[in-house]
Amino acid sequence: MSESTSAISTPNAGEARGVGASLRSLLGPWLFMGPAMVLVVVFFFVPVVIILTISLTDMSTATGFSNWKWVQFENYQRIASHPNTGQVLSNTIRYVALTLSLFNVGMALVIALLTTHVPRRAGILFRSLWLLPRLTPSVVYIMMWRYVAADAPYGILNRHLLGPLGIQPTNWLPAQPWLFVVLTNGFIGASFGMVIFTSAIESIHRDYMVAALVDGCSPWQRIRYVILPLIRWPLLFVTTYQTLSLLTSFEQILLLTDGQFGTEVWSLWAYHRALSNYWGNFQWGFGAALSAVLVLIGVVMAFVYMRFFQFNQLVQEPKIEVL
Amino acid sequence: MDDRLGIGSRWQALILLVALGVLTIPIVIGYLWIVISTFSQRTYGLVPVDASGQPGGLTLRNWSFLWTDPNIWRVSLNSLILALGLTVGVVLVSSLAGYALSRISFPGRRIFLGTTLVLHAFPSITLLIAIFFVLRWISGIPVLGRGIPLIGGFGYNTLGGVILVMVALQLPLGIWLMKGFFDQISWDIERAALIDGCSRLRTWWQIILPQIRPGIAALSIFSFISGWNEFLIPYTYITDSQNSTIAAYLNSLLGDTAPVNYSQVAAVGLFQLIPVILFFIFTQEYLLSIFAGGTKGGT
Repeated sequence: MSESTSAISTPNAGEARGVGASLRSLLGPWLFMGPAMVLVVVFFFVPVVIILTISLTDMSTATGFSNWKWVQFENYQRIASHPNTGQVLSNTIRYVALTLSLFNVGMALVIALLTTHVPRRAGILFRSLWLLPRLTPSVVYIMMWRYVAADAPYGILNRHLLGPLGIQPTNWLPAQPWLFVVLTNGFIGASFGMVIFTSAIESIHRDYMVAALVDGCSPWQRIRYVILPLIRWPLLFVTTYQTLSLLTSFEQILLLTDGQFGTEVWSLWAYHRALSNYWGNFQWGFGAALSAVLVLIGVVMAFVYMRFFQFNQLVQEPKIEVL
Repeated sequence: MDDRLGIGSRWQALILLVALGVLTIPIVIGYLWIVISTFSQRTYGLVPVDASGQPGGLTLRNWSFLWTDPNIWRVSLNSLILALGLTVGVVLVSSLAGYALSRISFPGRRIFLGTTLVLHAFPSITLLIAIFFVLRWISGIPVLGRGIPLIGGFGYNTLGGVILVMVALQLPLGIWLMKGFFDQISWDIERAALIDGCSRLRTWWQIILPQIRPGIAALSIFSFISGWNEFLIPYTYITDSQNSTIAAYLNSLLGDTAPVNYSQVAAVGLFQLIPVILFFIFTQEYLLSIFAGGTKGGT
């Protein structure tokens, strides 16, 4: 790859081969990378360092910003021995596993397959409908689901579906909290995978699709043996990317149940401890330690998925060496 | 006949459409309820009822905030500034960095690419406390801190500060998307431009950027919608109601001591949703192609 490209050099290479050229090739990339680097350092690296530092202190509203002291790894020991840790951990796994498999990947794949097999305009219409939850302000979106679940006479489910079936009305949110946690997050989450899978399916060469039919495939066989293998990478991408998104997202659960009815997940726990709780004592140190654990899990998973993704193939060397 | 992938009969397409319809019922019912409730005193299921529970009770009162509360227009303007600022920022910074990562060979390139991927794993929301300290520090810088018209500056309690934080949080996605689109452009065009004596910066601006217009459009739409809808970040870093945004306004309707009028909340929410939907209808081809560039790597 390099022999064909290294022949090219700047037009004025001859006269400027000196301080000027080397300065330019040194500064050039940073001209492009500079703004991004500054933002990443200021709003990712510095905050992470601050979080890690705070997690080693007992900083809280009680101590204020001046009277805190170093406690080394006490916060992490407290997490390890905390009575809620096991429950919150299993909640988090349940939330991520169910939402991911049923909606963010499962439903996304179903919708993508269905909308690419119906007339084009109908497909676009249904995909647009599935994007609506992502476009809606979360406060209103969650309010809508609360009314779906609400007790009689307000609830949509009770009045229009379960009532006529003769089932005793109740508020289904506390009765089936996980069902609604997964549904609310899933209907938002499905659209991401849907968009990616759709464009992947549409970019499959038509010859493959037609050849499969000529060979006598049923539609199901074509999905199983032609389409699914060809969209393997998008599937992997969505699975890993959405795992990370779900691990750190809590806004919908916060608005829906606020962690009640046994739906507290790890990121919400950190948020409650550090920024919002009933006792008004914000435990920044403990909350920061909880966040740090999440950062660690996320980083480990990101490395796993970079391996999956064959990261090295993504960063093939550019074909023009000159600047 | 217009069966796109060439399978089966009309009946089969009909069965698929019915299946799609059934799966989509919760969405349709939910949004139907939002629309109905904004014009009703209250609702029993999907049926509008009046105060005594009898069917009827249709009203426009829930929409009266549009002409009785001047705040709504100011917070809408703030949200617009936030969304536009975020869009310009994300597109500019991501397309610069994405270009370098895709086309220029420089030391640290692999590391930076890997880092942006890992950055997505950072629970940005849980960095809220730490970012608060950073913004307070920026506030202390003269002029840059809080001396800029329209956006106020880049410090704490300014629109500019919120824009800056949101641009940073969107960067991992933006850079990867832009890199994906740049990767698809032919090297010959760029080589020709460089041989003709263009500088790299000018090549980027005049030759390459026009080629990835669909990518820029997709990222712009995505950023605009996130900026318009974002709640948590402006809510956390803007304490001044002068600079508040429409999502925070919506939330304040829920938080007041008076009993909450859910129909009015739905109306404000719908008001916030309308521009997004209009925007979406005209640009959806681009939005739906947003990830096409980013996932080409493995396929």
